Amino acid sequence: MTDVRPRIRLPRSAAAGDSIVVKTLINHDMESGQRRNSAGEIIPRQIVNRFTCEYAGVMVIDMELHGAISANPYIEFEAVVPASGDFVFTWYDDNGEVYTSTESFTVA
Amino acid sequence: MFTRRDTLAIGVGAAAASALPFAAFAATVDEAIAAFTGGAAVAEGGVTITAPEIAENGNTVPVTIEAPGAAEITLLATGNPAAEVAVFKFGPGAGNAMVATRIRLGRTQDIMAIAKMADGSFTSARVEVKVTIGGCGG
Repeated sequence: MTDVRPRIRLPRSAAAGDSIVVKTLINHDMESGQRRNSAGEIIPRQIVNRFTCEYAGVMVIDMELHGAISANPYIEFEAVVPASGDFVFTWYDDNGEVYTSTESFTVA
Repeated sequence: MFTRRDTLAIGVGAAAASALPFAAFAATVDEAIAAFTGGAAVAEGGVTITAPEIAENGNTVPVTIEAPGAAEITLLATGNPAAEVAVFKFGPGAGNAMVATRIRLGRTQDIMAIAKMADGSFTSARVEVKVTIGGCGG
């Protein structure tokens, strides 16, 4: 896939030790492998099969995705922020490509 | 020339064949549950699934799952060609055990979430979502 663009939304601020809501979105067709083209042939599966989020080197969530996740996967979860640090988000494509995004977060 | 007996046999065969897809789905759901739990007993309660009662578009159905104290959650769509939707593993940096995502549902069906708690026990919840337009393409 070309021009895959991850989008991340974090709260504007948080106190040290708070649990914050993290919202992520990445543009991807998530071709499920269930659909057929006009010639009746099955379109091969190509999805993001794994997503991970780490904060300051600590694993927050490790998610396994299947074909039933909608196109442009939206994933929302909560992370604890004991101190300021970097979020690292990683998406793993069936075709071997890996998309990453890093967001700094500062606690009050 | 078909005898009465042959005709009956054909009828039974056809009935069995037409029932097969549903049996196949059931097997996948059971297999998916067994793969996650390793055959352990699954209790009910302690898991909250928030999903629309009626989803007009099966291509993108918003689902939120909360399971306080869960280490892992698996989400299954019992009526989809492949039951497994996602598995969430919470790491040490996770906050409350909640996730929200958008899923595809092929038809009206139950969606099911099974949580593996920190002590290794399993608990589950299921809700029905009525789907107006299925989301499996084809």
